Amino acid sequence: MKAAIVVFPGINRERDMAIALAGSGATPVMQWHKQADFTDIDLVVIPGGFSYGDYLRCGAMAAQSPAMDAVRAHAARGGYVLGVCNGFQILTEAGLLPGALLRNAGLRFLSMDCHLRVERNDTAFTRSYQTGDVFRAPMAHGDGNYFADDATLDRLEGENLVALRYATASGAIPPEAAFNGAARNIAGIYSANLRIMGLMPHPEDLVDPLMGGTDGKPLFDALAMMEAA
Amino acid sequence: MKAIVTVMLKAGVLDPQGKAIGQALHGLGFAGVGEVRAGKVIHLELAETDPAKAQAAAEDMAKKLLANMVIESFKVEIAA
Repeated sequence: MKAAIVVFPGINRERDMAIALAGSGATPVMQWHKQADFTDIDLVVIPGGFSYGDYLRCGAMAAQSPAMDAVRAHAARGGYVLGVCNGFQILTEAGLLPGALLRNAGLRFLSMDCHLRVERNDTAFTRSYQTGDVFRAPMAHGDGNYFADDATLDRLEGENLVALRYATASGAIPPEAAFNGAARNIAGIYSANLRIMGLMPHPEDLVDPLMGGTDGKPLFDALAMMEAA
Repeated sequence: MKAIVTVMLKAGVLDPQGKAIGQALHGLGFAGVGEVRAGKVIHLELAETDPAKAQAAAEDMAKKLLANMVIESFKVEIAA
């Protein structure tokens, strides 16, 4: 499986993403946003960081870049896209995923571990987990408070497009488990065709015992199993 | 021609920054401050000389970039 990691100025998690993908057997290539070319690419990854210094709104500038037109075309072909943290913000700003990421409800930048509950395991992203599995993931963001209007939230839930929810270690989802205030504890969502996933936490930073755990590895194992396009 | 675009979070969208400013004002002893909402003001210098066209152009810019219509609303004022 060949993955393109799109690098915008200010992105800083691209190497972590490459290590996680390669560690699961995928072949990641870094692509500077100005030279983005997704020919023969199975998965486009938009990693975390602070693209364009978070100017205007997190992800707003990157969302307008020509590279995102290429991401849109890749998605329109039925290609897979993963956006993590700033990558999730960019995907929402670009209109590829619904909703928006607001300032954390407590105003603080949160750099800590959280627990995520897998809402379904029949997707290319989560098939190495079981539905209901809870895994640990680091989070590091100031604007991760997922927001959408009630109709959109109802649709996401009704169509089973919530990918991951902030949970307790035992899998309960009280509002206080969403440290950033995210609506309905939403940490990650899918597009309607289940081929685009955006999430705020960083499973790529927990894929090796030396990192303190391998909770995030099944996500990349699943992606690496993807059939070549 | 100058366009002044004011971008605010929509009513009902949590504004923790505004809340923090409100609390700080209370802390400073300012009484009678109700809800505080914080936003952005963007000044645009436009080559356009027709106010209606300048208004329309600024609105287009606001919809496409300056505001995120999922969470924000905007207002455009044209100044000479």
